[in-house]
Amino acid sequence: MSGHPIDRQAGGVILTPEQLRRRRARSVAIALALAALVVMFYAVTIVKLGPGVLSRPL
Amino acid sequence: MSFATDAERDDVITTPLAVGLDRARVEPSVAEVADYIALMKPRVMQLSVFTALVGMLVAPGHLHPVIGVSALVCIAVGAGAAGSLNMWWDADIDGVMARTSKRPIPAGRVTPGEALAFGLTLSVGAVAVLGLVAGWLAAGLLAFTIFFYAVVYSMVLKRSTSQNIVIGGAAGAVPPMIGWAAATGSLSIEPVLLFLIVFFWTPPHFWALSLWRSDDYARANIPMLPVVAGPAETKRQIFAHAVLLAPTGVSPWLIGASGPIYGLTALVAGAMMVSLAWRLLRARDEKIADKTAKKLFGFSLSYLFVLFAVLLVDHWVWPSLAPHLASVLASSWHTVVGVFA
Repeated sequence: MSGHPIDRQAGGVILTPEQLRRRRARSVAIALALAALVVMFYAVTIVKLGPGVLSRPL
Repeated sequence: MSFATDAERDDVITTPLAVGLDRARVEPSVAEVADYIALMKPRVMQLSVFTALVGMLVAPGHLHPVIGVSALVCIAVGAGAAGSLNMWWDADIDGVMARTSKRPIPAGRVTPGEALAFGLTLSVGAVAVLGLVAGWLAAGLLAFTIFFYAVVYSMVLKRSTSQNIVIGGAAGAVPPMIGWAAATGSLSIEPVLLFLIVFFWTPPHFWALSLWRSDDYARANIPMLPVVAGPAETKRQIFAHAVLLAPTGVSPWLIGASGPIYGLTALVAGAMMVSLAWRLLRARDEKIADKTAKKLFGFSLSYLFVLFAVLLVDHWVWPSLAPHLASVLASSWHTVVGVFA
């Protein structure tokens, strides 16, 4: 079983520096993937619908 | 009252997978970004993307580069999703095979649940986005590929029949059809021939690998052909598939879908493939057979890459080269005729 330290007052697990580093790396990777998706969706929208999609009446 | 320790209890499973499952309940994730990339089987993904790219570029008509790149990203992610689902399902056997024991799940860095969630999310995302970007025929083919690899191959065929990679190879052969469908919105005989090339290429490629890895597969109880039928039968089957592959490789040229640059390359490469398979079939000494099997495995990788790369070069170069070549030949002919007239 795990011997991982648990902060009972804060109600959570205390991460080791290595676990914090890995979580940060995973978060950065997710952020980059989401940013790439935003760019891709924007570019595909412009290509498929044309630049007029930006000036249509709301 | 006394409690038995884990070491004393014989019902406690202490495989890496069980440790991973245990860790999932009590500890935060220790996965690196590289582990999630490894789940996507990047080397298999490269092959899918490359063959899809060729299928896309040799297809008739014009595809906007943004749409093309986006479709390729979806195909890559879809292939990675299938790889992740395969690793989730096969984690138990991966753990006992030397070649796969360092994979993220058996090594305990990613839990099976994380891999399953990752694979399912990417599958749904890749198919949905490809459908919106490049059409639902391409998306449907991608969904079929993921399902075929993760369910039909991994869950049904792999552990039940020695023909697992023959039938399962269909999953890896579909990407050129997806590329073609993304570019044209339809299918025709040309992408089907590209499918057949990869389909007939898969068995000799993997059986060559399994010939010198058969101990590994036997330990994991996977009925690979060398394990259940022996090396002699495997060599016969490799040769038979190489004989099927060689003319299939030339077929795009035979039906006029490519030029002579491709045709000659496919002819020579196919002859080399058959020749290597023949040498393997004739190899009686185990060491020589292993060496030839490794050579065949390496050559088969080059074979597929060269065929698809030359198909692309031929598609672009031959139409512009052919008229010049024809005029050079015609003027040479007139000169020769003039000299002898």
